[in-house]
Amino acid sequence: MSPSTTPATNPMTTRDAIAQVASDPATIERHFPAAARIATREGRDGDAARRELLLAIPGPAAYVVDLVRRVYEHGDPAERRAVLLALPALDAPERSNAVGDAALPIVRDALRTNDTRLVAAALGPYAATYLDDDAWRQALLKVIFMGIPVEQVAGLAERSDAELARMVRDFAAEREAAGRIVPPDALTVLALVDTPDPSPSRAD
Amino acid sequence: MRIFDPHIHMTSRTTDDYVRMHAAGVRAVVEPSFWLGQPRTSVGSFTDYFDSILGWEPFRASQYGIAHFATIGLNPKEANDARCREVLDVLPRYLVKDRVVAVGELGYDSMTPEEDDVFAAQLALAAEHELPALVHTPHRDKLTGTRRTLDVVRESAVAPGAIIVDHLNEMTVGVVAESGCWMGFSVYPDTKMDEHRMVEILRRYGLDRMIVNSAADWGNSDPLKTVRVAEAMLAAGYTDDDVDRVLWRNPVEFYSQSGRLELPDTLADGAQPRDEELVGAGATFEGNSVLRGARD
Repeated sequence: MSPSTTPATNPMTTRDAIAQVASDPATIERHFPAAARIATREGRDGDAARRELLLAIPGPAAYVVDLVRRVYEHGDPAERRAVLLALPALDAPERSNAVGDAALPIVRDALRTNDTRLVAAALGPYAATYLDDDAWRQALLKVIFMGIPVEQVAGLAERSDAELARMVRDFAAEREAAGRIVPPDALTVLALVDTPDPSPSRAD
Repeated sequence: MRIFDPHIHMTSRTTDDYVRMHAAGVRAVVEPSFWLGQPRTSVGSFTDYFDSILGWEPFRASQYGIAHFATIGLNPKEANDARCREVLDVLPRYLVKDRVVAVGELGYDSMTPEEDDVFAAQLALAAEHELPALVHTPHRDKLTGTRRTLDVVRESAVAPGAIIVDHLNEMTVGVVAESGCWMGFSVYPDTKMDEHRMVEILRRYGLDRMIVNSAADWGNSDPLKTVRVAEAMLAAGYTDDDVDRVLWRNPVEFYSQSGRLELPDTLADGAQPRDEELVGAGATFEGNSVLRGARD
């Protein structure tokens, strides 16, 4: 058996696990799946514990990104969501090994899913900073389509633009033509872009 | 009435089934990993399948108000294909996942030496990960297979109380009752077990360690057979509490041995499910219907 066969009821504490990842980063693969239930037993937040594990990975950015991607790819939805939520912290400017845009494949993977928790978690400040315009607009349209509240999307006002407004208007027209309800969030997005303000296409 | 189906292959079922199950009182299910009808030929097919029953399927179930857990293992049919044996190497990383509540389903198909090895190796993994195990009995040569199954269990490090021996019938229940293992019954439209025979078995052997499931899959099966057993129990004079014990508290007790069976508070003992908690339009993403988008 591989060394990753640590018992599920690992007696290790969150603190010990973080210390072990700092000294032997590959051990994150066995600590990460159990981290939330161990943290919960300690009265800590599972997502925060998982974020601390990821932040404890030492080494250059490229190494950190490789390991973070592996943790994501081997993760269940709760683990994947925790990775997505940790991306802004992994890219914090004060970190010498900030990941930059190298973790974008993780965001793109999550946006391809049909799981509302993952799509919502993918559209945090990290995606607002790095995701290209086409992908961001498609993601926003998908958010409206899936019924995820648009106010949960980071950078909504800053990144909404005239092209997104066109897409949302077309979507609304399609719904109206079918006699179906236009989600209120579609109007929220249009209101951000289509303002009576004479300044072109941007609301703020 | 609250129903826990401890063995059902929801991947093979439609959303209509989720709706019907919820309407009938099913609030939690365990999906054992198993054969898909078409034999797989590589580890990648297995990992995508495991990811699906730990990812997409629980999400789909949650949209219909049903809690979904899984058991993970290499089934005996495919254990006979050398190309699939490498699945054993990836099992450890799945056996630590939050929604994995047992190893399984394990056991025999044709009782080959390869099946012996893989069965014993996975019971060792169960012991190592402190998980219970779901073991099925073979379709053919069933009594011999059941005895051999119990021999392997006795030689393993897993306690009998952490094992379900499933798909039992009148011929095989006795030896399992004596072994201390839990007794599983798959109630089918016309094979394995039916609801009336099930009630007779409960009369004869009592309600301790009794597990009733639909084992519904891609074959001729019915995801509401658990409910039919509940109805047959009531018609035979069993109380509501007896029904709750067999169809809820017993499977909860068994799978709770994993330490990972986290059920919603609304399903706690004494909290009867309410219609308003339902599904469909009630399944929300912090206020917004998930289903609205998912159905588009």
